[in-house]
Amino acid sequence: MKRMLFQLSLVLVLVSLVIGGCAPAATAVPEAAPAAEKTVIVEVEKVITATPAPVEEKLFRIALVLPSTTKDSAFSQAMFEALMKVQEEMGKDKLEVAYSESMFKLPDAAAAIRDYATQGYNLVIGHGSQYGSTIAEIAPDFPTTAFAWGTTVNTFQSEGINNVFAYTGTSEFGGYVMGVVSAMLSKSKKIGICGPIETGDNRNYVKGVLQGVNESNLGATATAIWTGSYSDVTAMATCAQTHIQDGADVLHGMSQAATGAIAAAKENNIYWFNHQYDNSSLAPKVIVASQAYDFVPTLKDMIATINAGVYGGKVYTLTLQNGGLEIRYNKDIEIPADVMAASDALLEKVKKGEIKIPLD
Amino acid sequence: MGDLFTLPVLLGIIYYGIRFATPYLFAAIGETFAQRSGVLNLGVEGMMLMGAYTGFYVAATSGNLWAGLLAAAIVGGLMGLLMAVISVTFQATQGISGIGLHILGLGLSTLLFTTTMTGVATIIGFPSIRIPLLGDIPYIGDILFNHNVLVYTAFLLVPISNWILYKTTFGLQVRAVGQSPQAADTLGVSVKKIRYITVTLGGVLAGIAGASLSIALINVFQENLTNGMGFIAVALVYFGAWRPYGVLLGSLLFSFVNAFQQWVQLKGVAIPADVAVMMPYILTIVVLAFSARRSTKPAALTKKFERGEA
Amino acid sequence: MPMPDESGVKKFLDRSFDALLPLLAAPFAFLIGGIILLALNVDPLKAYGVMITGALGDVSGITQTLVRATPLLLVALGIVIAFRGGVLNIGGEGQLVMGAIATTALVLWLESWPGWILMILSMLAGAAAGAVWGGIPGLLRARLGVSENLSTIMMNAIAAQFANFLLVGPLMDPLQREMGTFLPESSRIPKSVWLYRPIPQASLHIGFFIALILALLVYIFLWRTSIGYRIRAVGLNPAASRYAGINVPHYEALALTLGGMFAGLAGSFEILGVHHKLLQYLSSGYGFSGIVVALFGNLHPLGAIPASILFGGLLVGGDKMQRAVQVPSALITTISGLVVLFVVSSVILTERRARRRKIHG
Repeated sequence: MKRMLFQLSLVLVLVSLVIGGCAPAATAVPEAAPAAEKTVIVEVEKVITATPAPVEEKLFRIALVLPSTTKDSAFSQAMFEALMKVQEEMGKDKLEVAYSESMFKLPDAAAAIRDYATQGYNLVIGHGSQYGSTIAEIAPDFPTTAFAWGTTVNTFQSEGINNVFAYTGTSEFGGYVMGVVSAMLSKSKKIGICGPIETGDNRNYVKGVLQGVNESNLGATATAIWTGSYSDVTAMATCAQTHIQDGADVLHGMSQAATGAIAAAKENNIYWFNHQYDNSSLAPKVIVASQAYDFVPTLKDMIATINAGVYGGKVYTLTLQNGGLEIRYNKDIEIPADVMAASDALLEKVKKGEIKIPLD
Repeated sequence: MGDLFTLPVLLGIIYYGIRFATPYLFAAIGETFAQRSGVLNLGVEGMMLMGAYTGFYVAATSGNLWAGLLAAAIVGGLMGLLMAVISVTFQATQGISGIGLHILGLGLSTLLFTTTMTGVATIIGFPSIRIPLLGDIPYIGDILFNHNVLVYTAFLLVPISNWILYKTTFGLQVRAVGQSPQAADTLGVSVKKIRYITVTLGGVLAGIAGASLSIALINVFQENLTNGMGFIAVALVYFGAWRPYGVLLGSLLFSFVNAFQQWVQLKGVAIPADVAVMMPYILTIVVLAFSARRSTKPAALTKKFERGEA
Repeated sequence: MPMPDESGVKKFLDRSFDALLPLLAAPFAFLIGGIILLALNVDPLKAYGVMITGALGDVSGITQTLVRATPLLLVALGIVIAFRGGVLNIGGEGQLVMGAIATTALVLWLESWPGWILMILSMLAGAAAGAVWGGIPGLLRARLGVSENLSTIMMNAIAAQFANFLLVGPLMDPLQREMGTFLPESSRIPKSVWLYRPIPQASLHIGFFIALILALLVYIFLWRTSIGYRIRAVGLNPAASRYAGINVPHYEALALTLGGMFAGLAGSFEILGVHHKLLQYLSSGYGFSGIVVALFGNLHPLGAIPASILFGGLLVGGDKMQRAVQVPSALITTISGLVVLFVVSSVILTERRARRRKIHG
């Protein structure tokens, strides 16, 4: 009998727990309400944008969905740091930032994007090319929320969606310049490339490197190995070591797994050129230059555009010309003057549009 | 294509094949002991991750690689002990408890990484040691006798564990417990004790396997550093037919083919990169398809044991 | 304390206590999670409050939970069948991916066909692809003695690379080439084959309801048909089954194939109901979580229904909690790992109780 009583009470406790768990659901509704009010305010603000002052007063809310972590020293960190910089400039009372990291699984990311939109964020950024179809589906449900995704050129305006921004980078040109520079620095005239999967801006960067090495006319050759994964650090390490074994003395690479390859380069005192993020602090004597994304201007323009009442339809192309992409040389490494001169000259040519890189 | 079959390429494949067989060897040998005693530990991956994080963190903060290695072994051992408690004392379904440990290790190592470290960093790992005399042999010295201490240890572990399994009383007990726990029990062998020891040992070795990546072979720590290697290690135990030398063969084969596929790409052989990456996985299945019939798995593997049960 | 009184109330209480045991174990995991939250300077009560209201507090939360529950339930059904047949299917991830590939490829190939025929055909294709991907390890086990624990792990890796290969090659959206962006995505499948969404503005699709029906069918299959009976017999006692003249390897292979079929169908539904195109990373680790769900549901097809909803809720609520209190997503992973460990450890109590019942009853 005792046992029975015990069981009965346990079942009761559990049932009450479940009911208790549901109870806060009712109280949660008012919590969501202020969010809805804020979206309404945006609407009102739109009318008075003619007078610039009130725009400054308003709290702008940005939500960021990242495929990797904010510390991946690659694509995700580049965006996160840019957003932090913008927040620092505007002030925390003017710009609220929320983020979700490690959202490489699409169902997680889709939930996050929808959730942020529901909470009334002004701008929801899905920072990965895999988030496109998710955004295309969610955006129509929230016409006064702006969405952004990249790298891509598709804002879905052709499908009648007007609240999506897109951003992309022309990574091939930096690849070209760094390809030439790496060929000049290489003594063995063998250049190795370690990439994750042959798609998107990584693929284009490598195209640029290959053409740059080829057109440097120094008899140098470059070859690429793709590891088949964005996260396989070990494969990246073996990739670098295979290149080194093959006689390469300068390497290029990218992705959050590249740290494995960079460590290998460090161990063998081999130069490294990085794409997506300036991570020279990781190996100050090894990383010669990085082509880094600078999303600050893009973000600022998006905020201004949204404040002016336009929620999408713009494609931002980050280039070396407009500063969205930047080749950053590591000051700890002494680069011969003629190499620097060549780099500057090439950069000029790129900016004038004199270099053509076929991507097929 | 002709470029692929040259001496430097061959030497390269052997060198990196040996080097990167190390984590598989540590983890799979540990798993061999566990499985030989009847416990399938699918949580190796999570244990490796915890070992990799701990090894890196302790080595980086203390400046002592050996301290890192020791800490990794201890944390791995604790994870192993947890697995033993759950699957031996609580008799949980082994496959599932292993997956729980994998998820726990993945989450916890990442959580610790994001909260205790400011970002990705590199470390100077265990240096290569050229063995006197042997290391001076042309070609062979470079590829066989110029590795870091953990690589040598991993390969030494093979004959040692073979000796333990087949030549010591403890090894006999392990095999008996995995083959017929009831019989072992009636002979006075404590099934629980043996399984606790092997699973904890498996954890220690998995922890070292993880540390071998983070402080000896690639010298960084990142979220999900092992990227599935722990699962491969479990598969290699089946591949090696629960024998240390078989595991050695499997680890080397897997690692060699993995090194080979990189050279295939490097030398511009016209195979898509994705197909090249598949090679070691396909080959492992194919090889086993031809050899599996000859091996017998421990009869009590994954089976629960409780005294007094038929 | 022998209980001569075998009243219905007592029996009901007994059984419901059994079913609730896993639920009793889970709070321990959340307790540890709470300690970690405290260490991270987060109020655990607030965090867990967000988690519960996030998953179940409104239409958006509930529908998202059910969307996540759909693939979990399907994969878990496959795991249940395999497990009842005495094999552990770790290959759900790969089977799901293959199902997604087959569905997308078929739809894009026969794009001009009438929507509903194409939808059904593509589901069958997904199921078939999953069945093949589960059947190969089954066949390897039955014919050549290759352990499914090894082959399914390898098959997962191969499926992932195969998807990569297709997405940068034959299945890549031609627009990606034209625009020079080269993203690994297929074209979008036509709207005519999308799974119907009954609630406006919510992502819940009818795939969930199909999965519910399938759960019932799996129950009938396993307990009411002779093939199902043999599968269970093989799983319960292979030696006795052999003596009874059942071809044991044959039924083990069948169990793996059927398991793969359900995982393949999960992949198919993810394409037709959620993503509408083939992408990388479309599985959210469902192949592994499905195993946990199957366990939560006491390895019973009907038990898998509430289990999948609970676990779907954990995923959705966990995500919301991460966003609301800004804790690393890894914390949610850690807590789910702990939940699995506590629940799997609690099963022994259920078993002991069952045994005691047998002795006393």
